[in-house]
Amino acid sequence: MQLFDFNGGVTPDYHKEASTQSPIAVSPAPTFLVIPLHQSIGGTPRPLVSAGDRVLKGQRIGAADGDMSSAIHASTSGHVVAVEMRRMPHPSGLSALCVVIKADGRDEWIARQSFDYRSHTAAETRDYLRDAGVVGLGGAVFPTHLKMSPGKGDKLDTLIINGAECEPFITCDDLLMRERAEAIIQGVVILRDLLAAGRVLVGIEDNKPQAVAAMTAAVQAGGHQDMAVVAVPTRYPAGGAKQLIRVLTGIEVPHGKRSTDYGVQCFNVGTAHAIHEAINLGQPLISRIVTVAGNVAAPRNYEVLLGTSMEALLTQSQPLPDTDRLIMGGPMMGVSLPSKDVPVVKATNCILAGSKKLFPPPPPEMPCIRCGECATACPADLQPFELYWFSRAKIFGKAQEYHLFDCIECGCCSYVCPSHIPLVDYYRFAKSEIWANESEKAAADQAREQYEFRQLREAREAQEKAARLAARTAAGRAAATNALAVASDATSDATPAAAPVAKSATTPATEPAQTPSPQAALIAAALERARAQQVQPANTTNLTPEQQAEIAAIEARRAQIRAQAHPHLPPDD
Amino acid sequence: MLAALLVMALGAVVLGAVLGFAAVKFRVEGDPLTEKIDAILPQTQCGQCGFPGCKPYAAAMAKGEADINQCPPGGDEGIRKLADLLGREYKPLSAEHGVEKPKALAVIDEQRCIGCTLCIQACPVDAIVGAAKQMHTVIAVQCTGCELCVPVCPVDCIDMVPVAENITTWKWKYPVVAIKPVTTH
Amino acid sequence: MNNSPYLRQAASVQSVMLRVLLALLPGIAAYVWFFGAAIVLQIVLASLTALAAEALVLHLRGKPLAIFLTDGSALVTAWLIALSFPPLAPWWLVVLATLIAIIVAKHLYGGLGQNPFNPAMVAFALMIVAYPQFMSRWPGTDAIDFATQWQIIFGLHANQTLDALTMATPLDALRTALHSTNATTVTVASALAHNPAIGLMAGRGWEWVAAGHLVGGLWLVQQRIITWHLPTAFLATLFLLAGLASTINPSEFAGPLFHLFGGGAMLAAFFIVTDPVSAATTPYGKLIFAAGVALLTWIIRSFGAYPDGIAFAVLLMNIAVPLIDMATQPRVFGHKKNGSNHHG
Repeated sequence: MQLFDFNGGVTPDYHKEASTQSPIAVSPAPTFLVIPLHQSIGGTPRPLVSAGDRVLKGQRIGAADGDMSSAIHASTSGHVVAVEMRRMPHPSGLSALCVVIKADGRDEWIARQSFDYRSHTAAETRDYLRDAGVVGLGGAVFPTHLKMSPGKGDKLDTLIINGAECEPFITCDDLLMRERAEAIIQGVVILRDLLAAGRVLVGIEDNKPQAVAAMTAAVQAGGHQDMAVVAVPTRYPAGGAKQLIRVLTGIEVPHGKRSTDYGVQCFNVGTAHAIHEAINLGQPLISRIVTVAGNVAAPRNYEVLLGTSMEALLTQSQPLPDTDRLIMGGPMMGVSLPSKDVPVVKATNCILAGSKKLFPPPPPEMPCIRCGECATACPADLQPFELYWFSRAKIFGKAQEYHLFDCIECGCCSYVCPSHIPLVDYYRFAKSEIWANESEKAAADQAREQYEFRQLREAREAQEKAARLAARTAAGRAAATNALAVASDATSDATPAAAPVAKSATTPATEPAQTPSPQAALIAAALERARAQQVQPANTTNLTPEQQAEIAAIEARRAQIRAQAHPHLPPDD
Repeated sequence: MLAALLVMALGAVVLGAVLGFAAVKFRVEGDPLTEKIDAILPQTQCGQCGFPGCKPYAAAMAKGEADINQCPPGGDEGIRKLADLLGREYKPLSAEHGVEKPKALAVIDEQRCIGCTLCIQACPVDAIVGAAKQMHTVIAVQCTGCELCVPVCPVDCIDMVPVAENITTWKWKYPVVAIKPVTTH
Repeated sequence: MNNSPYLRQAASVQSVMLRVLLALLPGIAAYVWFFGAAIVLQIVLASLTALAAEALVLHLRGKPLAIFLTDGSALVTAWLIALSFPPLAPWWLVVLATLIAIIVAKHLYGGLGQNPFNPAMVAFALMIVAYPQFMSRWPGTDAIDFATQWQIIFGLHANQTLDALTMATPLDALRTALHSTNATTVTVASALAHNPAIGLMAGRGWEWVAAGHLVGGLWLVQQRIITWHLPTAFLATLFLLAGLASTINPSEFAGPLFHLFGGGAMLAAFFIVTDPVSAATTPYGKLIFAAGVALLTWIIRSFGAYPDGIAFAVLLMNIAVPLIDMATQPRVFGHKKNGSNHHG
C-alpha cells in the first residue's frame, strides 16, 4: 500500500518501553468520585441528580445540553454527596460543576442492554451515542456522535482508525490494541456500518509491532476484507488526525473543513472500543485506559473509573520523591496541572509525573534569529516564526492571515527552536485573545442591535401614542358635537359622525363654536374616557379564585419585603 | 535662469493640474466615520459619556464635538483604538465620566422585586423581562452591565455581579519574556 | 512553570554560531597557507573589538551580558569582516568597521535577530566608500613574512615600499586592464594570461581559500545549519550569468569559474547570504533572494567601479526581504493556493 508523507515533524525520545512491560491493571474504585459535568467539547450537561440521590453504575447523571454536547454517567454505584464546584484538570486551575459520589462498594450496574443499531435510524443511533457519553478518547474529546454523519453523498470512502499514538511516554492505545484488539474491531465494524465506509485503514506507528500484530490478527479473525492494518513511519505528530489522514490517503483536510467532505473520517482506537462497549454491551463511557509514566517507579497503564482522583492513581505507580509537577497528556502537548487533587476525565490519556531532571526548565529565551528551523519542523507547513512575531506584537489580524488557526499546537516548533522561545505559548495566547475578542464583538453587535431595535420601538410607540391621542380627542369632540346637535335640533337627522370626525381631526381649530358650551361636553367626554380606562386592566378581571389567592399572597409578601427592604436602603438612595 | 524658472513653473502647473484632476476623478467616498467609531465602542449603552447611547457619542466624536476619553467601559484599550482611528493623541480616561471596572451583570433579587417595571424602562437593550406587578429577571447574555437599572429600582433589588472567569472564558496569558541574567551560586 | 512542550532538542543559538565559526576554519587555513598569518591577526583584532563593543552596548541596553555575549553572533560578524577585508588593511580600519557593524548595523536596529542588513556587509560597504585606498591593499603573490605584515597593519612600515608589496585582487586587476586607455587591444584572456596573480581558475591562492569556504559551507549544509537553497541559487545564478556573458563576448566578460572562485563569492554563498536574520526565509524566497544577490554582484563586478559587488548586492537585496517573504509564503497544509495569505 502506498503511504504518503507529511512535511516537518520531529523524532524525540519515545520512552514508551517502561509502561508497556506489564498489562493493563484495573485501578480500584475509590471511595469518592468527582465527576465533572463538562468533559467534552461543547456545552455543559445539565445535572440530573442532586445531593442524596442514589445512583447506579452507568446511570446518566448529566444530560447533554443540546446536540453539541455529550452525556455524563456515574462511574460506580453510590450516593450523590454534592453537586458543586470542584477544581478541574485544566491549566487554569479553575473549578466547574461536578457531581461528587460516595461509592457504596457494590459497583451495581444499571440494566445493560445492547443497542441494535441496524434496526434504528442513523439519527437514533447518534442520539444513543450522545446519551452514552461517547467522545473522542485520543485527547480532543470531541463528541463522537457529531462525527457520525457521512459527508457528501451518503458514503464515506475511507474510515481511518487512529492507533498511531505518536506522543512520547503515552502507551494507553498501544496496550488497548494489544489486549483488546477484537473489541476495538467490533467497534470499528459499527463505525464502518454507520458511516457506510468503503474501506477501513487502521494506522499504527511502526514502533508498536505487537499492537500491529494483534490488530492484524483481529481483522483476519473477523474475516474483514475491507480492513487493513497499516504500520506508518514513526515520527511525531503522525498521530495527529490531519497528519494520519495525509499519510494513509494523501488527502489534506484544511482547517475548519469537515474531513467527511473529503471522503475520510478518523476515530481513535479508544473511541472505537468505547463505541463497542456502548452499543454491543450497553455500557456508557465510565472508564478509560490511562498511562501513568514519567518520574514514577512503576510506570503502567490502568483502567480507571472517570472521576478517580489523579493523586490516587499516581500513588499506585509510586512517584519518585523529586516529582515537581503533574502533566495531563504527553510531554509535547500535555497540560501542567495546578494540583494533584483533580479527577481523571475522558480526556486523560496519560498522567505524566515530571521532575527537573526529566523535563528540565527551558534555557533562557533568546531573540528569534529567523533560522527557519521551526518552519522546517512544522507539520502544518506554517511559518511559525512569522506567527510568533505577530502574536508577540499582538497583531492578531496578521497572525490570522498567516493561518494561526491552522496551528495544531503540536509543539514541534518549540521543540526545535535554538532560541528556546516558547512559541506555542504565544500561539495559545493569540488564539485565546482572538476568541475573546470575537465573542466580545458578537456581544457588542447584539447589544447594538437590541439598542437600535429599542430606539425604533420607542419611536414607533411614541408615534402610535400621538396618533391614538389625536384620534381619541377627535372622537371625543365628534361625540360632544353630536350630543349638542341632538339636543339643539331634535328634529333634524343626526349629523353623520364620520364627517365631523375627519374634519375635527384635520382642522380642529376651525371647528365652529355653534353651541353654548362645547368645552363642557368635551370635558364630560374626557372624564368618561378616564372612567373607562380605569376599569381597563385585563389581568385583574375574570380571575380564578386560585389566582386571587396567589395575588393576595404575593401582595402580602411584597408588603413584608417592603417593610424589610426599606431599612436597608443606602442613605443616598 | 529664466528658462529654468519657466520649466519649474510649468512643471508645477502640470503636476497641479494632474493632482487636481485626480482628486476629482478618483474621489474616495469617505467611509461613514460614525459607523467605524461605533464599531469600536463597547455598545454598553450606559450613557456615562454624557450621550444617550454609543451611537450618539460616536456621532459626536465623528463631528469632533466629543473627546475620545469619555467611555469607561471601553477603557484604556478602547481609547487607544479610537486615538488610532481618529489620528488623535491618546489621553487617559476622563475621571468625570467614570472609572474602568471589570464587566458585571445586573442580577435582580427576585425575593425583593416588586414588579414596578422601572428597570425594564431604563434598560437600553431590553435585557430585563417581566410585566407590571410581576417579578422581573435579567437575561444574562443580553445584559451589557450599563448599571442604568440600578438607580431606578425603588427597592434596590438589583446588584451588579462581576463576571467571574470560568473554564470556557479563561485565557492563556501573554508569555513572560523573562531574560534573567545567569547568576552563579 | 513552563507549558508544553516540555521536551526540547539540544540546540542553541550558541551552538549554531559556533558551528558557523568552525566551518570558516578550512578557508582560514588556506588563507594562512597562501598569504601568511596576517589574517589571523585581523581576525583576533576584529573579534576583540566585536566582543568589547557587544559588551558595551549590551550593558547600555540593560541586557544580560552572560547570555548574549556568549551567543557567538558577534564573533561570526567579526570573522566575516576580517575575511572580507584585505588582510593588510590598517588595524584601525578593521576595528572601525567592526564597531560600526556591531553598534550601528546590529544594535541600533534592535540587536540580535532584528537587524535588516547584514552587519558585516554594512561595515564593508561603508569602508570601501570611505577608504577605497586601504580597501585595495591585498597581499601580492610573493609571500611576505609575518613581521612585515605586522608592520603594514600597524602602520610601522614605510609607505614607499608598500605598493611593491601589495597588489589588487584578480577581479580588480581584470577590471583595471579592461578599462585602461588601451583597452581596445586587451581582452579577458590576455589580461589574465599575463597576470601573475592568476591561478588555475581565479586568483592564485584565492581559489584555494574559496575552495576552503566551499568545504566548510557544505559541512554547514550537512549539519542542517543552512539549507541548500541560498548557496545553490547564488552560485548557480552567478555561474549561469557569467557563463552566458563570457560565451557571448569572451573578450569582455570573465568566465564562470573565475567569478565563482574569485573575490568573495564562495564566502558570500555559504556565510553571507545565508545570514538568517537578514536573508529571506521562505524556500522560494531564499531562491529569489540569493539569485538577486548573484545578479547584482555580477552586474557590479562587470560594469561597476568597485572591485567586488557582493556587499552592495547583499544590502540591496536585504531591503527587498520583507517583500520577498510576503510574496512567497509557502502553501499551508490543506490549503490550495501557493503563497496566498488570504483564504475564504
